[in-house]
Amino acid sequence: MATSDVALRESSGESERKRVVNNMSIQVATVNGSGSQSSNTVLLRSIFQMGVPVSGKNLFPSNIAGLPTWYTIRANKDGYIGRKKEIDFLVAMNPETAQEDVMSLAAGTAVLYDEPLNLNKLRSDLMFYGVPFDKITASVCPEAKLRKLVKNMVYVGVVAKLLDIDMGEIEKAIRKQFATKVKAANLNLGAAKAGFDYASASLTKHDPYFIQRMDKTAGKIIIDGNSAAALGCMFAGVTVVTWYPITPSSSLVETLIDYMKEYRITKEGKATFAIVQAEDELAAIGMVLGAGWAGARSMTATAGPGISLMSEFAGLSYYAEVPGVVWDIQRVGPSTGLPTRTSQGDILSTAFLSHGDTKHIMLIPSSVAECFSMAQDAFNLAEQFQTLVFVMSDLDLGMNNWMSDPFEYPTTPIERGKILTKEDLDRLGSFQRYKDVDGDGVGYRTLPGTDHPAAAYFARGSGHNEKAQYSERADDYEHNMERVNKKFETARSFVPRPEVITGKSKIGIIAYGTSHWGITEARDQMRNEYGIETDYLRLRAYPFTREVHEFIEKHDRVYVVEQNRDAQMLCLLKLDIRPELVTRLRSIAHIHGLPLDARSVTDELTSMEGK
Amino acid sequence: MATTPTSTPPPKTNRIGLTVLDYRGSKTTLCAGCGHNAISERILDAMFEMGVKPEHVIKPSGIGCSSKTPAYFMSRAHSFNAVHGRMPSVATGAILANHKLIALGVSGDGDTASIGIGQFVHLMRRNLPIIYIIEDNGVYGLTKGQFSATADVGSKLKTGVINDLPPIDTCAMAVELGATFVARSFSGDKKQLHSMLKAAIAHRGTVMIDVVSPCVTFNDHEGSTKSYKFMKDHEEPLQDINFIPVFEEIDVEYDPGATVQVTMHDGSRLQLRKIEEDYDPTDRVRAITRLHEAREKNEVLTGVFYVNPNAPTFMDVLNVIDQPLTTLSESVVRPGKEVLNEVMEELR
Repeated sequence: MATSDVALRESSGESERKRVVNNMSIQVATVNGSGSQSSNTVLLRSIFQMGVPVSGKNLFPSNIAGLPTWYTIRANKDGYIGRKKEIDFLVAMNPETAQEDVMSLAAGTAVLYDEPLNLNKLRSDLMFYGVPFDKITASVCPEAKLRKLVKNMVYVGVVAKLLDIDMGEIEKAIRKQFATKVKAANLNLGAAKAGFDYASASLTKHDPYFIQRMDKTAGKIIIDGNSAAALGCMFAGVTVVTWYPITPSSSLVETLIDYMKEYRITKEGKATFAIVQAEDELAAIGMVLGAGWAGARSMTATAGPGISLMSEFAGLSYYAEVPGVVWDIQRVGPSTGLPTRTSQGDILSTAFLSHGDTKHIMLIPSSVAECFSMAQDAFNLAEQFQTLVFVMSDLDLGMNNWMSDPFEYPTTPIERGKILTKEDLDRLGSFQRYKDVDGDGVGYRTLPGTDHPAAAYFARGSGHNEKAQYSERADDYEHNMERVNKKFETARSFVPRPEVITGKSKIGIIAYGTSHWGITEARDQMRNEYGIETDYLRLRAYPFTREVHEFIEKHDRVYVVEQNRDAQMLCLLKLDIRPELVTRLRSIAHIHGLPLDARSVTDELTSMEGK
Repeated sequence: MATTPTSTPPPKTNRIGLTVLDYRGSKTTLCAGCGHNAISERILDAMFEMGVKPEHVIKPSGIGCSSKTPAYFMSRAHSFNAVHGRMPSVATGAILANHKLIALGVSGDGDTASIGIGQFVHLMRRNLPIIYIIEDNGVYGLTKGQFSATADVGSKLKTGVINDLPPIDTCAMAVELGATFVARSFSGDKKQLHSMLKAAIAHRGTVMIDVVSPCVTFNDHEGSTKSYKFMKDHEEPLQDINFIPVFEEIDVEYDPGATVQVTMHDGSRLQLRKIEEDYDPTDRVRAITRLHEAREKNEVLTGVFYVNPNAPTFMDVLNVIDQPLTTLSESVVRPGKEVLNEVMEELR
């Protein structure tokens, strides 16, 4: 499988003469389970440490060992950290895919390959570097068992030499990667050095790519979205976490477990949380609801198939009004789909998850920093509105490494919403669970265990009146459903507002989540290459806020860019805006399962604009 | 001849000063004579006698006739009528959130043994502190009388349909899976069920009681193996059950030689007067064997099959702080700024 797209570029002769500094994408093709993840992280971190903006994207199979995997590192001096469509430098370590990988490259690409693969015979328009990896590996790693793993660190050294990456930074990154394992660190460092020495002695550089020190990463961190989300949940005060393993969400909870064990244990050694691996997603969400009902901050993390299974409970949460947070790390569907590819394909089904009239609040982070901050928002909104809040992340955000400013400590307190205590009940005498006392649609609730004879109410998914009593009366049903809808309308003013960039353009772009990174770059491409100015609104939540309507009103044509086939967000927008505005919306949809790249957006939008 | 004027005596109160009326629920909407109503009465009585504060009880349930019953007892306790077959997960979440609550989960045979069997199985193996009651009538009442998975082979529906699949024995499963108090009773056996429920309240861990509870509308006819008549003819009690709460002084009524005594976690005592010699309720293997033997003999064995009062519960395993998680303050659940700084430093 080829992962690069052939793109037009200048002739190789021309690019050879020009030095290309801090602007390239390096793709490493390996076999999964071969330790390449460590090597790639070392490469990524070394570039980062040199102050060059960088991002890493792992394209991996749904498999543990033996299948092809590609890792793409993009270094970009201008700070573009979305996926780049073109590959500039290929490291071909996988015999299975090497031929196809090479055949799909654009002319002028540099290829570092394992010598026995004889890739240089395939094409004459690429820049080849053959390296006898096995020979070098054997010389630094006496233990045959480890050679498969160490071999991948050899290419790090070769790449370092070819691209001019400081070996001091490589060493620092290796020490960080193998922090507690000094022996492994030394072995890997030896391998990297051997690769570097071989390249110094035997290779002649003829590609134009160089990494040069900059100062654009000072103070920044590197983290994946799932770890950021985990941190966010810990600082949001989560107490009950229930989950069922599923790619690409598992690492969110696994990281959370690590953090909680380190930072949420009392002096006496007791946990201030309960984390349970449930028997399936139905049980996971059931536990979230039970805990939310009882008054805990509860959450689960899952992906599309889990979301489908959770649908019945989502309706119960909506109707019985029980808080909870669900992280959906979206992957490609339908059904099992492509478990290790990214997508924004759960938007529409999650918005209305479950039978009957249901609607859910969704928050949509596009950065690791938002994974962190939206965790607080999600828990606060869930308790404020007494309902599930879905955080719609995706595989690209969740599992890939992103550069970011350090996260800011939460400035807002933990908001528990409308909860009546014993003292409140002493004063009030009684309460009605589902009565709209404040005009915002949100009733007051009590928690089980509240020591007051009037505290109890009967939570149920069946028809009920304001007093939470069973009711099949038409007026009770209608009244209740209208009130629950009012909560949703109220939520419009409380969910995170979109990020809007408007100028004088008549062309608007609406996008969300990880599409943001491609859009940001595409807008510059369109301005610089085509002279097209665009305005941009990045959605951060559903239901839509006022700004979304205003943005569509202001523009003649609004391109809704998303990573699904059926223009799911566009469908939601259609339902929300005035009918005469609907024709302004156009869909730019991407469904290849790879992170959205700028070039594809630029090409499609400019062609729709008749350019 | 009494000449003193009589006045109504004050209602009897329990050890926390509540009357039985404080344990009442709404009026039942189930069919007259439904076994489930008797079970609700026994729960109410047991809770009253044990002096359990209603506000400290939660009543999670699934879907079905049985799962409606939490409305009919203890209105002062929170209820959560969840979705079909999923009461175990909801109850688990609630107990994780606040393990000081006493969970009394009500389910039915359809709710447990068919749609909810997966959650049932995993609840049993966790030994979560909960009293799990199956109100077992062998049919789906609310959908008008289809067989459930606890119906016996050869049992006949009103429509004449014969059940030809073997039943799931929830008690044998519960013992096998790790529940630490497993019993079966009959809704018509007032004394046995009453003592059993009181012991259940004192137990620390998962209590699973399968209560055969005839459905007077759809499963109480000739040919049914869950009818009042069939139960009266085929019930084989394993023991006579007596329970002495830790706060009561009453001493042994039974002949000591014929009694097995289990000391519960809180110090109260479960006394089982042997009908069957050498039945040891702490022997899991024997419990399972005895349940299988009863099936072979076409008996409905009732009694306490298995008790282990000292096994670690799920909350012990999770090592959760004693204070309910729901009540932890922000300063406990949100680590300080220095922690975030430390983590950020590691990520640079």
